[in-house]
Amino acid sequence: MNDGLSTIEQQITSDYKYGFTSDLEADQAPKGLNEDIIRFISGKKNEPEWMLEWRLKAYRHWLKMEVPEWANIKYPPVDFQDIIYYSAPKQTKKLNSLDEIDPELRRTFEKLGISLDEQKRLSGVAVDAVIDSVSVATTFREQLGELGIIFCSMSEAIQEHPELVKKYIGSVVPMTDNFYSALNSAVFTDGSFCYIPKGVRCPMELSTYFRINAQNTGQFERTLIVAEEGSYVSYLEGCTAPMRDENQLHAAVVELIAMDHAEIKYSTVQNWYPGDKEGKGGIYNFVTKRGICAGVHSKISWTQVETGSAVTWKYPSCILKGDHSVGEFYSVAVTNHHQQADTGTKMIHLGKNTRSRIVSKGISAGVSHNSYRGLVSVAKNATNARNFSQCDSLLLGDRCGAHTFPYIEVKNNTAQVEHEATTSKIGEDQIFYCNQRGIDTETAVALIVNGFAKEVMNQLPMEFAVEAQKLLAITLEGSVG
Amino acid sequence: MLQIKDLHAGIEGKEILKGINLTIRPGEVHAIMGPNGSGKSTLASVLAGRSDYEVTGGSVEFLGKDLLDLAPEARAGEGLFLAFQYPVEIPGLSTINFMKTAVNEVRKYRGQDALDAAEFLKLMKEKMSLVNIDKNLLTRSLNEGFSGGEKKRNEVFQMAMLEPKLAILDETDSGLDIDAIRIAAAGVNAIRSKENATLVITHYQRLLDYIVPDFVHVLYNGRIVKSGGKELALELEETGYSFLKNEMNIA
Ligand SMILES: Nc1ncnc2c1ncn2[C@@H]1O[C@H](COP(=O)(O)OP(=O)(O)OP(=O)(O)O)[C@@H](O)[C@H]1O
Ligand SMILES: [Mg+2]
Repeated sequence: MNDGLSTIEQQITSDYKYGFTSDLEADQAPKGLNEDIIRFISGKKNEPEWMLEWRLKAYRHWLKMEVPEWANIKYPPVDFQDIIYYSAPKQTKKLNSLDEIDPELRRTFEKLGISLDEQKRLSGVAVDAVIDSVSVATTFREQLGELGIIFCSMSEAIQEHPELVKKYIGSVVPMTDNFYSALNSAVFTDGSFCYIPKGVRCPMELSTYFRINAQNTGQFERTLIVAEEGSYVSYLEGCTAPMRDENQLHAAVVELIAMDHAEIKYSTVQNWYPGDKEGKGGIYNFVTKRGICAGVHSKISWTQVETGSAVTWKYPSCILKGDHSVGEFYSVAVTNHHQQADTGTKMIHLGKNTRSRIVSKGISAGVSHNSYRGLVSVAKNATNARNFSQCDSLLLGDRCGAHTFPYIEVKNNTAQVEHEATTSKIGEDQIFYCNQRGIDTETAVALIVNGFAKEVMNQLPMEFAVEAQKLLAITLEGSVG
Repeated sequence: MLQIKDLHAGIEGKEILKGINLTIRPGEVHAIMGPNGSGKSTLASVLAGRSDYEVTGGSVEFLGKDLLDLAPEARAGEGLFLAFQYPVEIPGLSTINFMKTAVNEVRKYRGQDALDAAEFLKLMKEKMSLVNIDKNLLTRSLNEGFSGGEKKRNEVFQMAMLEPKLAILDETDSGLDIDAIRIAAAGVNAIRSKENATLVITHYQRLLDYIVPDFVHVLYNGRIVKSGGKELALELEETGYSFLKNEMNIA
């Protein structure tokens, strides 16, 4: 027994496979943050006056706020004056076709395994690629345009659909919501915008790949998805960041709005650089994601596979305002080495007969810490609200930690809220059983972990499920001996 | 093919196997019987390479290689299979996926190409009918919620899939109904050949009616104290193990 269990903690040798930087000439702002920087960003992007005012308002509010400290994570304080808030790969003319993309940039995408052309066309994925802060290419635009679907970068949306942006930006995550959402509102540089008109079922997965490239740049995307009455969209966000020594801050805001009978499925595969074995470097991922089921019978479903980042602080949430609306949260969070994750969801039941379902699978290895933090809140008028939560933790070794913080606030006595939690360890006998069938320990761990996470993985769009499975395996490489 | 010489092994400082000698040649079927706690499963585990057990002396040669020197997965690659007395559960992993990985890992070890989906399916269908196992069982999480008999049947299926050179069946018959025992035995007999060998651990002579052994050994207190032909099993069925105590006391 001893032999086996202690080796669980030994080999910890997984190398980050996406650690390269590309030599793109960057066009960037000086370090630091003040009103001039915000004017610089807004000016660079040719924004209308109202947008600049909105940013400045957020900035002034942010100045009065304090860094949140309630999460179960520890990291050195971030120096917000030591960050570059705008960095765009230099690109002189506007692109008319994919062929005109900077070859270096293309190679970056290729190394990431993102193909902007045929492959994705064949697999039916539209990609809006974001490198550092500016969206460089959007495929499938025309095809989607015929259906009236708008899928573009946030910067373009501000130029071309200002009325929609103005109406919805900050409507789900107010700029004052929290420290990082205020910061994001002040300095966001790009992100994706997606609008599905009434009755339209988006025929393909929409996908954005985010990537943090230049050194010392914070990444502050802003994503906004609006699904009009009776529409449907499935959206996938994937992320990678090259290897850096300094920790890089990432503070995104994602807002989803689902009208009557609309459905939004939002999936994330996050594998940002987690730092090295000693816990040096890595991304700080402080994200505010929230959706509102504004209409009756609407549905928002969050699925996330979180394998990267040094520190993750993230609670994709649903406000169930419309009667009969449904919120779902499916999460796999894997931490290894010194990674820390504090993630979960909030399900806010406001409407009648609203339902929510939470399935959280935490996997911890090394000396990492993995916390689930969830709130289920049922308002006074939300009769017949239903929630079911399942939080399972799987531990690899003896030095990691799994924590569960479920908060329940029920103000209506017709509510039914169920919470189940389990903690298990990968058993030595399970691994031996696999070994005896010819399967080495590394592969055995991947099989067991994927089995554990299956319920969540099944929620991912097909094209990405396989990729996500591989990511789980890569993250845990060498975590069991 | 298997040569065990004066094998000593134990756990947490406690010696369980106290000098095992056993030779198995290709084509032979050996049965090991013996009272509870005598060390039968320990022997099987040590041969399969379970790391909890510490080998303190002796040697084991398997097909010309030093078995004790190989990692458990390499032993499987070399053709050693253990049908577990207590098969473990792996939630969320179907037997099909598990076997797909196992078969291809073993093939990789042997320098063979991986089977593609169609080839794998064909192999699976063939073995499923051989051991008469239901497809539904194979799509469920591995052993999770399986009845005792279903688990054992699943072990026999896996054995058939992996086509081992030496199969060790650790009480595969306990928990099986009469029909299932027949089917399991048919599975074993189907892969029985001049090149392969089987080591059957059992408490019941009944199984040996179907898998007829060439040799029967009695393991007692960490040693093989008696060996004989298949009639030894019948003898044990009638007299039980009480004779051992007397013999051992005399010895
Ligand atoms: N992990 C362990 N820790 C301590 N003792 C053990 C351990 N595993 C086995 N033993 C002991 O070793 C002895 C032999 O056990 P083993 O399982 O090999 O017996 P067996 O012959 O297979 O018995 P059965 O017929 O009941 O299956 C027993 O006394 C058992 O308690
Ligand atoms: Mg036993």
